[in-house]
Amino acid sequence: MKKLVEIFAASAALTLLTLVPLRAAEDTLQVVKQRGYVKCGVSQGLPGFSNPDDKGNWNGIDVDLCRAVAAAVFGTDEKVKFTPLSAKERFTALQSGEVDLLARNTTWSMHRDTALGVDFTGVNYYDGQGFMVRAELGITSTKELDGASLCTNLGTTTELNAADYFRTHNMQYEMVAFEKADEAVSAYNTGRCDAYTTDQSALYAQRLKLTDPKAHIVLPQIISKEPLGPVVRQGDDQWGDIVRWSHNAMLNAEELGVTSSNVEAMKSSSNPSVKRLLGLDGSFGANMGISNNWAYHIIRTVGNYAETFERNVGKDTPLGIARGVNALWKDGGLQYAPPIR
Amino acid sequence: MSRRDALLQLLTLALVVAGVGWLIANVADNLDRQNIASGFGFLNERAGFGISQTLIDYDEDDNYRQVLIIGLLNTLLVSVLGIIFASILGFLLGVGRLSRNWLISKIAMVYIEIFRNVPLLLQIMFWYFGVLRNLPSPRQAINVGDVMFLSNRGFALPSVTFLDGAGSYGLALLAIIATAIGLRRRARKLFLTTGRMVAFWKPLGLVSVALLLAAGGLAGVPFEANIPALRGFNFRGGMSVIPEFVALLLALSLYTAAFIAEIVRAGILSVDQGQREAAAALGLSHNRALSLVVIPQSLRVIIPPLTSQYLNLTKNSSLAVAIAYPDIVSVFAGTTLTQVGQAIEIIFITMMVYLILSLLTSWAMNRYNARIALVGQS
Amino acid sequence: MSATWQPKPARPAPTHVVGVWGWMRQNLFATPSDVLLTMIAALALYYAIDVVLHWAILDASFSGSDRTACLKDVQGACWPFIDAKFGQFIYGRYPDAERWRVDLVYLIGFVGLVPLLMPRIGWKRANVIFMLGLFPIFAFVMLTGGAFGLVPVETTDWGGLLVTLVVAITGIVASLPLGILLALGRRSQMSIVRSLCIGFIEIFRGVPLITVLFMASVMLPLFLPDGVNFDKLMRCLIGVALFSSAYMAEVIRGGLQAIPKGQYEAAAALGLGYWRVTGLVVLPQALKMVIPGIVNTFIGLFKDTTLVLIVGLFDLLGIVQFHFTDASWATPETHITGYVFAAFVFWVFCFAMSRYSIFMENRLSTDRD
Repeated sequence: MKKLVEIFAASAALTLLTLVPLRAAEDTLQVVKQRGYVKCGVSQGLPGFSNPDDKGNWNGIDVDLCRAVAAAVFGTDEKVKFTPLSAKERFTALQSGEVDLLARNTTWSMHRDTALGVDFTGVNYYDGQGFMVRAELGITSTKELDGASLCTNLGTTTELNAADYFRTHNMQYEMVAFEKADEAVSAYNTGRCDAYTTDQSALYAQRLKLTDPKAHIVLPQIISKEPLGPVVRQGDDQWGDIVRWSHNAMLNAEELGVTSSNVEAMKSSSNPSVKRLLGLDGSFGANMGISNNWAYHIIRTVGNYAETFERNVGKDTPLGIARGVNALWKDGGLQYAPPIR
Repeated sequence: MSRRDALLQLLTLALVVAGVGWLIANVADNLDRQNIASGFGFLNERAGFGISQTLIDYDEDDNYRQVLIIGLLNTLLVSVLGIIFASILGFLLGVGRLSRNWLISKIAMVYIEIFRNVPLLLQIMFWYFGVLRNLPSPRQAINVGDVMFLSNRGFALPSVTFLDGAGSYGLALLAIIATAIGLRRRARKLFLTTGRMVAFWKPLGLVSVALLLAAGGLAGVPFEANIPALRGFNFRGGMSVIPEFVALLLALSLYTAAFIAEIVRAGILSVDQGQREAAAALGLSHNRALSLVVIPQSLRVIIPPLTSQYLNLTKNSSLAVAIAYPDIVSVFAGTTLTQVGQAIEIIFITMMVYLILSLLTSWAMNRYNARIALVGQS
Repeated sequence: MSATWQPKPARPAPTHVVGVWGWMRQNLFATPSDVLLTMIAALALYYAIDVVLHWAILDASFSGSDRTACLKDVQGACWPFIDAKFGQFIYGRYPDAERWRVDLVYLIGFVGLVPLLMPRIGWKRANVIFMLGLFPIFAFVMLTGGAFGLVPVETTDWGGLLVTLVVAITGIVASLPLGILLALGRRSQMSIVRSLCIGFIEIFRGVPLITVLFMASVMLPLFLPDGVNFDKLMRCLIGVALFSSAYMAEVIRGGLQAIPKGQYEAAAALGLGYWRVTGLVVLPQALKMVIPGIVNTFIGLFKDTTLVLIVGLFDLLGIVQFHFTDASWATPETHITGYVFAAFVFWVFCFAMSRYSIFMENRLSTDRD
């Protein structure tokens, strides 16, 4: 009798195992709507892009993009939760479903786009890699860095780009690569390295965390292209569209002069482009599975691209970054959104 | 074995196989869905990044296999040196703990209790950010005789380059060692058969001088000293010991020494009191009794737990990833993993490396243990 | 002549043998080399105590609200930094309003643990069931919330001492049953079961914990079907539990080996089957014998919890390190003060546990004899 019970128990366990589905539904929008909030992967603390304040509220350009996506899906930008991720685990977290999208100042590169099972949905910040050194060294160009020690983050494109740059210019260097960005900054701060290298926007941001920010300068040379953009899982085109067009909506809004303060008034505008943007014309939202006034909610809660830029990294913030290549195409920059029609 | 047992075993096997099969199916599915490559072909790809400490030649054009080897060499370097320093310090502390001098004994106890109860990662970070903070920058480096420089970039030491002809000195050295071993064997045999103790320093000294002169006559002086000099940002030339290595080595040695001290203490206490009394009756002083009678016998009790401490030290060297020391976890399971994305293969290789290191260390220590075990005692 | 002989009164012992001076002569100044050693040691001790005293008390700052409090010319520790961040060090980013839940869990855990550790107090079985079964469930519900009207708190907001204790205690609680099974399996007669257990134990004992944590945080999602995912804390807990169960298995195996064969034979003579023998006769004795070993494993696990900061969780060390980047507290002494504080907290816990282990070891050795 006991023998039979044991056999029965074992076979039951085996059958149960095979019943567990190997693939769950591939529909992020459904999952997000059911869950009630968007799960967004962000950095572990980069002022201007994604940084928690003392009370735990997140601010930054990437944070604003996540809030825009939440506003597009739910009508309010509150329904979003932020998960800080290190450089090593960011893609795994996205692939495994721990986060719905990654807005973590991630460089769009071919390897990442093709070999990791993820898709980039645009560029929300055009950046490049730069170097930060102590002002007292009197250096004005990266070509004077022969023999320097460089502090950087482990396993990023930064490490590779710096190596390539120094080789091409026949310069020696010592690479000290840390697992966490904070450790790299701390080591640079205490003088372990002569220069700290990462994306130029991050240099301005991390400079704020140094003991004496004024004693450090960011060298003007950019040694690589670093188009930073949001990332989603491959194979879910609908969700990818939502993220892509959330960013494009903010760009189009800036082009058309719609801001968070005048969006209500703009509802009665006669400009057909504005009407299409705010959902008063056409069913663009429904085509993506969300409400038609998705862009209206985005602009109402987050604002247009200019607003989010100026609020987080603009000239009135401690970072003080100019629009530069991130200006609209009309103003000589690279931000160009396809039309909403 | 009863039929019931056989059935249970088969069921367990079936369960395990089913479980593993399910895991593998998941993995294959996930890899396929996410378009991640598999296989070990990535080892041939160009690495493209720099490493701050390489015991063999390396540049960015080398492939990931080179990176693996360099990481392994760095791990071995810090582990072997750590084992040596920790053993020396641990023995001193263990013996000191049992000293009749109350002050020494209490100081040893305080050291052991402090360093055993603070996590190793905390100690590593303390030394790294403490060492870093207090050392001056290269421009104001501490200058030792104009050949050695101490700064927060590390220690710049003079090194020696071997030019053509240095091989003859190498041969001479090998010949000297062979002569020493031969002479020692002869002296032992002589002692065992006739009871005469013969010192062999004089003949050894004569032979050594002769061999070195011969090598010098053949090759001249094929050595060149490399003195480090401050050029631009850092010291160039000579040998450079990075502060990450120093901090890791220091923390590992101090931490493991505290555990070894307790093992040594337990080992010494395990030797019968009668041995000490007999040694005293023979007129041996306390120190000579310790070194000639007690410690050799205590080694039997010390070696097995000492082995596991050595293994722990080797495994703990993996904490290097926290302070940017380029050991195997840092360059292979860190940078390479993030660049290539094939987590399963890379972590599998890393774990295999540590398993093999553990097995080798255990095997070596077990051989030593077997040699010193009492015949007839298990 | 008197009837009984009276000896002369004893003279007091020579002064160089008794009293403080006698003790010092024997223990500090016995031989010339001893004298030298004592002098060197005393000098080193004086210097060390001087440095520590100056750093920790005499030159330290004790009050202030930002970095200006710790920028004196001769600056010691920056205690206001610890004071300002103390809440974060203990709770992490747990919302202020919900911290009472963490306090409640700490309190009930303490109240449940103390009687378990004291051998004299009875009701051990009920106590064990409470601490190993009911308390974890209670703690889980309390800390994560979402039920019984409690506000949900994501595990990414947990930090500091809370995470250290959660990881350490979960590791121990999970590794005990698993370790028992592995140890029994390793001694089993069935070759397949034995091989599997030996393989598991040797693999997890042969690799560093950091590779297990990397495996858990980066590889585990690949092993699970699409859609199933554990959050980061859960993945680390799984890695830590598997790792420490291998060490626990070896400790328990030592206990099982020490049970005299007579126990097995007597139980068999009474007609008890394998599981009855194991559960009623062997395990209670074995576990009691290896309590010092279990406590030592726990001490090791407690120290190893600091490794989770490498994979991005904020344990006590991680959160202290995180706050070093706060620009409003950036002074040269901030780092050292933070590390010393964290070291002190860890030291208190580990030292207390090691004292307890020695106490239990003494108790058990007298018990058996």
